[in-house]
Amino acid sequence: MRAFSYARAASPDDAVARYRPGAVYLGGGTNLVDLMRLGVAAPEHVIDVTGAVSDEISATADGGLRIGACVRNSDLAADRVVCERYPLLARAVLTGASGQIRNAATVGGNLLQRTRCPYFQDVSMRCNKRAPGSGCQATEPGADTEHMAIFGHSPFCVATHPSDMAVALTALGARVRVTGPDDGGAGRVLEMPGLHRLPDDAPDRDTDLRPGELITAVELPPPPNGRSAYRKVRERASFAFALVSVAAVLDVGADGRARECRVALGGVAHIPWRATAVERLVLGAQSGPEAFARAADAELRAARPLPGNGYKVTLARNLIVSVLAELMP
Amino acid sequence: MRTSHVTVTVNGDPRTLEVDNRTSVLDLLRERLALTGTKKGCDHGQCGACTVLINGRRLNSCLALAVAHDGADIRTVEGLADGDTQDLHPLQRAFLRHDAFQCGYCTPGQLCSAVGMISEPGPSAITADLMSDPPLTPAEIRERMSGNLCRCGAYVNIVTAIGSEVSPASDAAISGDESITGDDVAYSWLAARGRGGR
Repeated sequence: MRAFSYARAASPDDAVARYRPGAVYLGGGTNLVDLMRLGVAAPEHVIDVTGAVSDEISATADGGLRIGACVRNSDLAADRVVCERYPLLARAVLTGASGQIRNAATVGGNLLQRTRCPYFQDVSMRCNKRAPGSGCQATEPGADTEHMAIFGHSPFCVATHPSDMAVALTALGARVRVTGPDDGGAGRVLEMPGLHRLPDDAPDRDTDLRPGELITAVELPPPPNGRSAYRKVRERASFAFALVSVAAVLDVGADGRARECRVALGGVAHIPWRATAVERLVLGAQSGPEAFARAADAELRAARPLPGNGYKVTLARNLIVSVLAELMP
Repeated sequence: MRTSHVTVTVNGDPRTLEVDNRTSVLDLLRERLALTGTKKGCDHGQCGACTVLINGRRLNSCLALAVAHDGADIRTVEGLADGDTQDLHPLQRAFLRHDAFQCGYCTPGQLCSAVGMISEPGPSAITADLMSDPPLTPAEIRERMSGNLCRCGAYVNIVTAIGSEVSPASDAAISGDESITGDDVAYSWLAARGRGGR
């Protein structure tokens, strides 16, 4: 690990003021410290923001919820208000990582964690995300693509975003509040899934954050009507990343037509993937397995599986149908 | 400055050291304080062997930078036994009683993790009702302990040992039988799950 200087920021503004090229913000460290040990990340300066950014959950004036970016994952998932009003979020967080990691991991850090693509995490491999211009070993013949993307990937990068929380936040329409060196202290807001970006030809950039920008809070609008569920398929029953996950909200009226439908997928793209085709076809239609199947098929028609991960197309399709059916009244 | 002064309380003893900023809490404990009870398994947060209690919460000490834990109260496996009597922690006794290990390498992490886990509030990923604080059934214990791997595969007895320490009170209260022992409860769980009893 490269030697680094360490500073503890006193406030978000103080953290931003301390930022300079070569610096990183440290939250719980569950991903960053590992990447530093692997040699994937090699910051010169580490700015600890755990004492600087809010770790509180509070109601907002519009009936939503503000979650400080340094709230720990375990505290978020155990919060009574979150469990009662945003069960989708609690469920997603609880399926992520282990008890120990959730105790350390922060909400802001969760959103900014890097892909677990094995070619990214191994510095002896070629990876455009870690070393721009070096190539993408995951797209070469014989590569292990089992965990790679089926939507929105590019010849430069086929990695997926690993967060469960981000998938739920996307379905809930969460807003990410950030502050940075160039916004005059006003900050700005990015609406999920707009925090993250598709890889295009610059996969080294996971998000649309500008240099030095710091996530200070995640804001949830009032909870959507209807029922919700987070379903995650993985290779073992606990403590594993998603092969495919689905976050869904469905509200069906007395006439059987869907009045609300939100669906986001995890494990399938460089971003939490909002399944807009599913939402469009389900909304207003007579709800039922046939409608859900048509909607899921429409979404998956846009999928571009790699050699070795075609199973994700079938899996995602069936998961969408199954979860929506489960949410029928 | 690539080094920092850090003060931590380890098993009740305040310690101040100058550390390289790269030092993990795990390496601080093992290499600087000679507390080698805490084990280094994967060093990547994937195995749980390094689990310790920091300010009462279980954490992977391999992923915790010492410099970021200045002022922390750290409890390791060496600090689980009663400080005065040196009696083993009830969970340590349960692990012995139920043969909850083979090689023992994961055991300090399992113990610290279990101590932390038992006091953690709220539901887990498998809890049906998110608004409940569910009893720690074997299934709940398995889910909540999934961050601790055991390559010997001693999981069955680990779950039994932890279960024997978390449920006697509640089970006895339900049954009205205060003579019931941890062992009885644990084995009755296994019997109820079709695994047979003693």
